[in-house]
Amino acid sequence: MIDLTSVQSAGSETPNRPAAGRVREDQVASSRPRRRPKRAAGVRSIGPFFVAPYVLFTLAFGVIPGLYAIYLAVTDAQGGFAPTANFTTVMGDFRFFAAARHVALFVGIWVVSLLVLVVFFAIVVHAIRVRWLSASARLFFYIPGALAGASSVMLWLFVLDPVASPVGPLLRALGFDSFPSVIQPTHLPVIFAIIAFWTGAGGWIVVMYGALNNIPDELMEAARIDGANPVQIALHIQLPLLRKWIAYMAVLSLAAGTQLFVEPSLLSQASNGVVPNDYSLNQLAYQYAFDLNDFNGSAAISVLLLLVALVLSAVFVAKGGLFETEDV
Amino acid sequence: MSTTASSRLIGWSGRSVVGAALVGATLFFLVPLVWLLVAVTKTEHELAVRAPFAVGSWDTFKANVQQLFDFQSGAVLGWVRNSAFYAFAALVITLLISIPAGYALALTQFRFRRLLMVTTLVVMLMPNTALVLPVFLEMNQVGLVGHALAVILPFSFYPFGVYLTYIYFSTSIPRTLLAAARLDGCSEVQVFTRIALPLATPVVALVAFFSFVQNWNNYFLPFVMLPSSDSYPMQVGLSTLLSATPAFNPSSAGADSVHLPALALATVVSMLPVLLLFLFSQRFLVAGMTAGGLKE
Repeated sequence: MIDLTSVQSAGSETPNRPAAGRVREDQVASSRPRRRPKRAAGVRSIGPFFVAPYVLFTLAFGVIPGLYAIYLAVTDAQGGFAPTANFTTVMGDFRFFAAARHVALFVGIWVVSLLVLVVFFAIVVHAIRVRWLSASARLFFYIPGALAGASSVMLWLFVLDPVASPVGPLLRALGFDSFPSVIQPTHLPVIFAIIAFWTGAGGWIVVMYGALNNIPDELMEAARIDGANPVQIALHIQLPLLRKWIAYMAVLSLAAGTQLFVEPSLLSQASNGVVPNDYSLNQLAYQYAFDLNDFNGSAAISVLLLLVALVLSAVFVAKGGLFETEDV
Repeated sequence: MSTTASSRLIGWSGRSVVGAALVGATLFFLVPLVWLLVAVTKTEHELAVRAPFAVGSWDTFKANVQQLFDFQSGAVLGWVRNSAFYAFAALVITLLISIPAGYALALTQFRFRRLLMVTTLVVMLMPNTALVLPVFLEMNQVGLVGHALAVILPFSFYPFGVYLTYIYFSTSIPRTLLAAARLDGCSEVQVFTRIALPLATPVVALVAFFSFVQNWNNYFLPFVMLPSSDSYPMQVGLSTLLSATPAFNPSSAGADSVHLPALALATVVSMLPVLLLFLFSQRFLVAGMTAGGLKE
């Protein structure tokens, strides 16, 4: 049953926060004795039969869409080969680099705040000796993870509207007395980072907390006996030992952040166009497909975004060291 | 000042800073949620003039429910039904596909097993939005756009579920047990259905849980695939409601407009199933997330 609980750790999966917990069961798995020797070859295998439907779905909704998007991206509307034309078109679009800048700014703010605050709070919560207090803190941080996508954005629309907001006085004190004044374009990267942080940080805090628990007691004890204070322990023991997990969080967040779509899309509707409907790269790709009917251009942007996600993910699988590679 | 005294002072002030940070974080994470649950009991006017956490009345709440579910002659109920249908249908297919696949990856040998494993890991770690437009372009090509299958089938491709199952089978089912079953004359299919599957209930529940949560919350894929309001899931329906809220979109004032409290209620409706799942499986989830860590 240990495996059951360890597998449960995968908690908290939401689109915005891929794999918050995915790592945990893996970590546990790798700390377990090596798996038993493989079955002798020659035993008739039903493996192919069992994986066939999954392989079919992997091809239909993973591999083929990717290849088809690449095909569209390097052909023109008539199907003629045009390896660079679509990329030149979309990159020549004045909105492309604006959108890329928006996304980069948002991702920068979000990932840095995750790195700093998630690690800080994980260490702090881990240091709480009172058990129920530590458990409740983790639950409170984690609960917003139940809201993802449109729900959490809607909730934040209310919070950001000084008229109705629970923090209306705070917003007014900061000089914002109307919704449009809160969501000025220059504020958006911060706003999106706050929304994404609110939804996703709790899951990561729980993951980091689990990783902290895996640091041997003797190590912490030795440091304490040597006179290290909690800050020194955090900086010189815990932080270095969390490195892989921090890298994991950064890589996944980086990949997820570049996909920014639902936040600006809803905000654009709510603001009557104050937030443009081509604020992010994914929105621009959507506009190409649905407004301009230019599927090739849309595919070109999608392929660029897909490449970013693919490269980050593949490099992490290969180099991250969190997944069992010996068996994989 | 002696060093002990100064370090005690640092310890004391450090502790209060940390305490304040914890309280601040808790407020940050909880205030919006609590506020939302209170907001649905107030009128739009009360939202603006009363204290943020003042509770309204039961009658107002009922009126808000009435307004929300009357919107476009009951559209909201249809969206909830759609969400449930898409999420459950995808869940069933996901289980039918992932559990045998995870089993096979963990306990059998076949060609390209390693390739399939690596592909699973890589796709699993990619944000699921990355494939939305490519899948749309593909669906468009085969003429499925607008059909429920255009949402359900991509939802059912769930590498994370396969990975979870793989981990479970490769670490917690003793191979000797399977070998014994084979000696007793079970065929390979029977080994799976009679021995492995009954032992796999926990991971089945887990894959079902995550698949449901992820699909219920998905916005981008149905937004792209389903052009007609009748087939929206709740998440996409929210954006329609938003457009019909004069407080955010002044041009929408009209007979079928939505007040802020009704919009808040819609947000609650959209998140409620997942929130309840989270709370009821809280012990389960949180204990699981920390297991292997709590050394005792």
